[in-house]
Amino acid sequence: MDTQTPLIQFRESPDALRLRSGKPDRMSRFFTGATGFAALLILAILAIILGNVIWNGMPVLSWRFVSTGTAQDMFDPKTAGILPMILGTTAKVFLMTLFVIPVGVITAIYLTEYAHSTSLFTRVIRGAVHNLAGVPSIVFGLFGLGFFINFAGGSLDALFHPENPEPIWGKPALLWASLTLAVMTLPVMIVATEESLRAIPMGLREASLALGATKLQTIGKIVLPRARPGILTGGILAISRAAGEVAPILFTGAAYYMAHYPKALTDQFMDLGYHVFILSTQSPNIDQTRPILYATVLVLLLLTFTLNIVAILVRARMRAQLRALH
Amino acid sequence: MPHKHTGKRTQGWMGIRRGHHAHPFEWLAEKFIFLTSLSAILLVFLIFLFVAREALPLILGKVSSAAAQTAILPEKMDEMSPEELRAYLELSKAEFAAKDRETLHLLMELKAEAAKEVPDDKDASVNTANWRYLLQPYQWTGYDKPEYIWQPVSQIHKYNIIPLLIGSLKTTLVALLFSVPLALGAAIYVSQLASPKVREVAKPAIELLAGIPSVVLGFFALVVMAGVLQKVFGYESRLNAFLAGTALGLAIIPVIFSIAEDALSSVPGSYVQAALSLGASRWQAAWQIVFPAAIPGVFAAVALGFGRAIGETMIVLMASGNASIMSWDLFDSTRTITATIAAELAETVFGGHHYRILFLLGTILFAVTFLSNLAADLVMHRLKNRLEGRG
Repeated sequence: MDTQTPLIQFRESPDALRLRSGKPDRMSRFFTGATGFAALLILAILAIILGNVIWNGMPVLSWRFVSTGTAQDMFDPKTAGILPMILGTTAKVFLMTLFVIPVGVITAIYLTEYAHSTSLFTRVIRGAVHNLAGVPSIVFGLFGLGFFINFAGGSLDALFHPENPEPIWGKPALLWASLTLAVMTLPVMIVATEESLRAIPMGLREASLALGATKLQTIGKIVLPRARPGILTGGILAISRAAGEVAPILFTGAAYYMAHYPKALTDQFMDLGYHVFILSTQSPNIDQTRPILYATVLVLLLLTFTLNIVAILVRARMRAQLRALH
Repeated sequence: MPHKHTGKRTQGWMGIRRGHHAHPFEWLAEKFIFLTSLSAILLVFLIFLFVAREALPLILGKVSSAAAQTAILPEKMDEMSPEELRAYLELSKAEFAAKDRETLHLLMELKAEAAKEVPDDKDASVNTANWRYLLQPYQWTGYDKPEYIWQPVSQIHKYNIIPLLIGSLKTTLVALLFSVPLALGAAIYVSQLASPKVREVAKPAIELLAGIPSVVLGFFALVVMAGVLQKVFGYESRLNAFLAGTALGLAIIPVIFSIAEDALSSVPGSYVQAALSLGASRWQAAWQIVFPAAIPGVFAAVALGFGRAIGETMIVLMASGNASIMSWDLFDSTRTITATIAAELAETVFGGHHYRILFLLGTILFAVTFLSNLAADLVMHRLKNRLEGRG
């Protein structure tokens, strides 16, 4: 048997060789490496920031520091304490959730359960939500001053205390700061809730309706309970965002220093983020203040980061559960 | 409106007809849900309304900031109506009501004395809150050429906003130059090139950067980065636009990354498979097929990053040095619109010209971010339609 020579000889091109060997070309390898490096660099920056704060803040953090108020000099590491700031920040975000969660959840319910997803009206609401998310935080501060303090507070004073020369409502206060933050975090809440509502299988709603439940009953008894993790995530993300925001509360409620704790909604309060700003920029002796500055930043980061990580975990679990439902 | 309470069966959502006629309570509840959902629209509207409202007298040219004002002799106090007196003394209604006759008289004397001390030159009679002086250079006494100057707390209030606009643009530019390549590179890698395991960890980890409050980034820039960058680049002023821009870049990386990654991931996997089966490498598929398909999303990501950067306050307030110098040099200390509002509003007289100009800056800021958000929103909508095959 003689070997048959093929009629046409195929000469393999270098490209074909490369492809068969499974090795990408040099350009591809370079850019894969470069983009991977970009991702790595971002993670490295994150690690450096966290590492720096933990490394310098941890040794200074003491029980006394977080459990006492500042008696005299808030820049002095020996006497300074940040309990009033921790309580102030907690009060501000707690009040905020009272406003933002109901409004956010109800808006999300309308958008997913009632609105026609393609109508112009729905698009306008969505556009407004996106826009609200992009408004600069300092503009929220101006809005809080112009609307809540001057307009709402001023009107309340004119109505209830017209003879009182000193404003009671029309001045920076815990209530106004919380409301301003609620306006700012509303998009976070809406988007997170919407996502969880959308992930619930349509079949569950249909089954409920088929059994004779009304639409509202279906939403209340079938849809919302399953969306709870999503609502929780939204709330946590809103809190974590609001806890660290300083610009919106500069003119609406944060105080540079207060000798007493806020007792009423109309009192001002001290805030962790604002305190970080004060310690970094107003200290007469930055070298002396630096240790407590780091410790304060660490406390603030612990607060916002823990919340963020909890939100990510809740969301991951929720997604896994919903995948199982489908 | 979703549906009406009529006798007829209404077409419910998803084409499912209602089993029951709506109960009056449900009808009310659903109307309430509908009204609440309007809050987002209402709030955007209110924000614009109430920020612009405080700036309105200025926009209409009804505010005068001329240092030389015709002083009224304190003796003529009784001839003025209370409203005139209040306007003359620049007091709010509450403040005015709180003061007795003696105090008002004293204020008038102070005012008359202040009027005497105003330097006697042409600058004193200039209404610096006029648009011409806000935007165009002017040759002040003692300067040898027309200049753009922001100097609100001096005897002649100089309110030229151009140095602030340049400051904001400078820092934003640095932030974008630093963050866009990094964030887009990371987005391409995480969405297209990384293994699923890496992807699952890297995406939330990078997004964690968004969990760092901006005041902490400002602190980090001030305490750590300022020294390091100055050593590396050897520039003169420790706090400058370059430092603030770099720190600002850290703040917008997660914004750009997150949206770009979503857009890249939403491109159907079949595009990639087709490219790979034709012999493209993973990088070629990502760069030549997926990236062009997702380009509107990438544009939206950058537009939102821009809006976020130009509106960020605490980082620039802490790291930019806050000197309103008219210069394009990145290593000069600089002052942005946001930092100016944050630093100066607390010291202004309520309703005064300085107060109104800061609100005007806020209005400009709102308009700029509104437009960049709108652009991003429209583009994203188009992308979604295109990928879903609706035009």
